[in-house]
Amino acid sequence: MKHIYLDHAATTPVSKDVFDAMQPYFREKYGNPSSIYKLGQEAKSAVEHAREEVADMLGAKPREIIFTSGATESNNLALKGVAFYWSQNLKKKPHIIISSIEHHSVLDTAEYLEKNFGFEVTKLPVSKEGIVDPTDLESVIKDNTVIVSVMYGNNEVGSIQPIKELGEVIKRVNAKRVRPLQNNGKSHDFEHENSLQGSDPCSQPIVFHTDAVQAFQYLDCDVKGLGVDMLSLTGHKFYGPKGVGLLYVKSGTKFLSQQQGGAQERGLRAGTENVPYIVGMAKAMSDTRKQLTISKQQIADLRDYLVKRIAAEIPDVVLTGPEIGKKRLPHIASFIFKKIEGESILINLDLLGIAASSGSACTSGSLASSHVLTAMGYDDLLAHGSIRFSLGKMNSKEEIDEMMKHLPQIVEKLRGMSPIK
Amino acid sequence: MSDMYSKKVMDHFQNPRNVGEIKDASGVGEKGNPTCGDIMKMYIKVGKKNGKEIIEDIRFQTFGCGAAVATSSMITEMVKGKTLEEAEKISNAQVAEALGGLPPIKMHCSNLAANALQDAITNYRDNLGTK
Repeated sequence: MKHIYLDHAATTPVSKDVFDAMQPYFREKYGNPSSIYKLGQEAKSAVEHAREEVADMLGAKPREIIFTSGATESNNLALKGVAFYWSQNLKKKPHIIISSIEHHSVLDTAEYLEKNFGFEVTKLPVSKEGIVDPTDLESVIKDNTVIVSVMYGNNEVGSIQPIKELGEVIKRVNAKRVRPLQNNGKSHDFEHENSLQGSDPCSQPIVFHTDAVQAFQYLDCDVKGLGVDMLSLTGHKFYGPKGVGLLYVKSGTKFLSQQQGGAQERGLRAGTENVPYIVGMAKAMSDTRKQLTISKQQIADLRDYLVKRIAAEIPDVVLTGPEIGKKRLPHIASFIFKKIEGESILINLDLLGIAASSGSACTSGSLASSHVLTAMGYDDLLAHGSIRFSLGKMNSKEEIDEMMKHLPQIVEKLRGMSPIK
Repeated sequence: MSDMYSKKVMDHFQNPRNVGEIKDASGVGEKGNPTCGDIMKMYIKVGKKNGKEIIEDIRFQTFGCGAAVATSSMITEMVKGKTLEEAEKISNAQVAEALGGLPPIKMHCSNLAANALQDAITNYRDNLGTK
């Protein structure tokens, strides 16, 4: 059976070039970057070269890049690192703002901090299109707000968030905040910062974090242009390996390391560097950047074709997220097939060798419907009927045609079984 | 994904038995929860055999995942021709067992077919009372 893979927002295959770039670091150049002999220094220079390369692509300095095990770790480190730092340094418990459509690695981390440490969490609403309104952010910022985390592009519906505008709101608030102490240009200087102990809320600058996992391969991720202080990425959404990611942290941003045990990553993330994977991620990022314009258009065209065919051939379907246009990632198209449930559609597609995914939770191991779609105002029944197709550079029009030979029948069969009128 | 279910579940999912409505049903039952994403509707036609009330015909309609469809289909096979007393004793666990088991996550929400049938039997008896 020929496979048709339409789930690139979940993961992508490692490209041949990336795989080749990683190879030497498994069996030949296998040294530990912390070792002083040649083999170790060779590995260290590979990591540092990768750091320079990715920093350059993000418009950052190499020392602002922390390599991690993936975006889940990066998101945990950003939220916990900032919140725990300020929980030591503020009179009030820290307040965290996230959007209501974040990935679970942000959502669950915020809820964990709320539940176990009593930190305050506010979730920003989104429009029916799945977009946060910057004026809403302005109205929920409190004097004890320490971090705002809003994703760049949503993984379920593909909506692009107004990161720049949100950043401007935060900058305005930060400009009004009184800073009792300057940090003398030193970042992560915890000893010095202890003098802030018990300082009044309002003196701390709000940190702006974005999870750019779905965005990097299609959108400009210049951190200065975006106005973010922290940005998370993972390797495997753009033909790089799984199990590696990064967190950009703007110099001077106060946060506490969440992993102890070594001086790696300037003491901010202990653990032997995953050399081949770091090399692989940097290679995947630079390849992605080189092909950005071509692949973006090619994928958007294919998506438009898919959307057009589904809309024309299947009744009672809703394309979720923004209308086709600027506020959408090019590779994601999610649909609600009314009166039927997502998993049943997916199993039928899977039996034909077609891979897609569902926001509905049966598949992800919990039973609640998609928090993204419910935040966008869809009721539970509708939210359970969602299917996400996410395209990649290897997909073709022929594959869409093949899928469309089956999808209308699958939907019709399941609707024939449904008690919902 | 189809690998997470037993062969028997997949058989019932792909070829569900007794799908549809009974227009002049003796009783109709419904169980489920939109939050969980499973809704099952059972229609029964009650007849008499040897002086006992039996399920002469049964049909189902289900909105839900693979397990929800398979359990609905399975129970219709299990109870057709059975007396109401026998039918209402069947538990969700027995339905799952007859299917060769279900993934643990599916045992709670998607395994409600027995409850939907019990609901239909209750509805039949309530209807009798009002006639």
